[in-house]
Amino acid sequence: MSNITDLSLSELVSNIKNKKLSSHDVTSEYVKRSKKSKNLNTYIEETFEAALKKAKEFDSKPDLNKKLPGIPMAIKDLFCTKNVKTTASSKILNNFIPTYESTVTQNLWNDGAILLGKLNCDEFAMGSSNETSYFGNVISPIDKDLVPGGSSGGSASALAAKLTPATIGTDTGGSIRQPASFTGTVGLKPTYGSCSRYGIVAFASSLDQAGPMTRNVNDAALLLEVMSSFDNKDSTSVDFKRPMYSKDLSKDIKGKKIGIPKEYRVDGMSEEIEKLWEDGKNYLKDCGAEIIDVSLPHTKFALPTYYIVAPAEASSNLARYDGVKYGFRTEGNNLIDMYEKTRSAGFGDEVKRRIMIGTYVLSSGYYDAYYLKAQKVRRLIKNDFNNIFQKVDAILTPSTPSSAFKIGDKSNDPVSMYLNDIFTVPVNLAGLPGISIPAGLDKKGYPLGLQIIGKSFDEQNILNIAYSMEDKINFKFNLKEWWMND
Amino acid sequence: MSIDLKTVKHISKLSRISLDEQKAKKLETDLNSIFKWIEQLNELKTENIEPLSSIAETKLRLRKDEIKSKNIREEILKNSPDDNKDFFVVPKVVE
Repeated sequence: MSNITDLSLSELVSNIKNKKLSSHDVTSEYVKRSKKSKNLNTYIEETFEAALKKAKEFDSKPDLNKKLPGIPMAIKDLFCTKNVKTTASSKILNNFIPTYESTVTQNLWNDGAILLGKLNCDEFAMGSSNETSYFGNVISPIDKDLVPGGSSGGSASALAAKLTPATIGTDTGGSIRQPASFTGTVGLKPTYGSCSRYGIVAFASSLDQAGPMTRNVNDAALLLEVMSSFDNKDSTSVDFKRPMYSKDLSKDIKGKKIGIPKEYRVDGMSEEIEKLWEDGKNYLKDCGAEIIDVSLPHTKFALPTYYIVAPAEASSNLARYDGVKYGFRTEGNNLIDMYEKTRSAGFGDEVKRRIMIGTYVLSSGYYDAYYLKAQKVRRLIKNDFNNIFQKVDAILTPSTPSSAFKIGDKSNDPVSMYLNDIFTVPVNLAGLPGISIPAGLDKKGYPLGLQIIGKSFDEQNILNIAYSMEDKINFKFNLKEWWMND
Repeated sequence: MSIDLKTVKHISKLSRISLDEQKAKKLETDLNSIFKWIEQLNELKTENIEPLSSIAETKLRLRKDEIKSKNIREEILKNSPDDNKDFFVVPKVVE
């Protein structure tokens, strides 16, 4: 057998089910590899010893009916884990140990998975490069100068470097799909309401969704199947009959109508991305799908809309960090002084910037001009998608306007950083599911991704399309393991 | 519409985030460039458009008003930044 860490999630599951591998075999390999990979700065909290112990416990009484039997998994540090430090990569939560478990992670453990540790991300998931983390930027396994993308940068980097067989992230404006695209991995943002938000550190509540990040489409289907559930603890959780995504995965997409939105051909788009998109269309045609040109006229307004809506919700959500009941505190001369000093010292620059934007657009005199206006444009963006989905079954776009950039390249210019999410943000505003799959390499040898956007709760369809394309694309990407220490 | 330093300081007060002069000036520059870019929304006429506040446009579910967690005082106080085991402690508010 090849190296254990080279096996996909689904392969590991079947090897454990066939008793060819034990949970301890798998867990100890991942622990070993993770320990040698500190250079990537992916882990914030390691739970290796506990994981090895749990693996042994699993092996002593293996329940092989579980979907993730004894599978070790490191996860984004935005999910609250009971008795395990959860920081959201912020100084303000540096000492926070939740006394409860998020629903999505509970679903993983209920189905046999074992926590390997908590992964670095942008502070409060606000960023596209993992440079805003209090714990320092994550390094991409592709190159030491390269960002892994963000905000789920630690997840993407750990997945690509094979420090975890699969992982989970959260996506508010592209935070799963953009880092997946940058690292040559698969990332899926489910429909709003599919995965419970209970126990996930809140950023923008009307946009946040958790989703799987995996090495292939089959693994994404399997992980989504475990993550997604109806949950009374999340008032926006939707009660619908959840398919068995991995069981129903099919390459039959004959006759499917795929829309190509002309507004995604943005100014200055590189020839490489154009070609990638063109190739994607051809692969779909080869699979028997029909390509249809469509228009999403309000696309260019999605980002400015997002940068009103998301900070507005964030400024409200982050009001809870006041140094009183949990988290970091700086003493002050009086209560207000304590709040102001705590928040000033506890939040990083990008988080402060977004709280300030949000506070401004919600403040007296500006609410109508900004916040209400953005909510109206959000309606227009949603209507664009509604109209198109009368005619097509799914939409194909590039995942990002470029491949991964260098650390420090965009960190001084917030707007150029925000433009990174130009193709992913509209999907969050409309609450739709989107998946990014690796589709090719650029001239520098860095991965590029294609995104498939589906109708609400039509994850099975975009998974099937991605599954068919994956076969045709046959993406191969061999990393030199330059970061490993003995 | 530009955001001046006075406004930045006002928003910082509303946000309960103290700022030194240098940070305030940096934010003035950042916020102006961000809002200049956001202003493009004004190209759109939206008078008769219904605002969209949430994708989950369903009625919120109702539930019985009943206690589900019992005796979790210790858990609740566990992460308190102050050492006191019985209360959350803040600086004196009432003289």
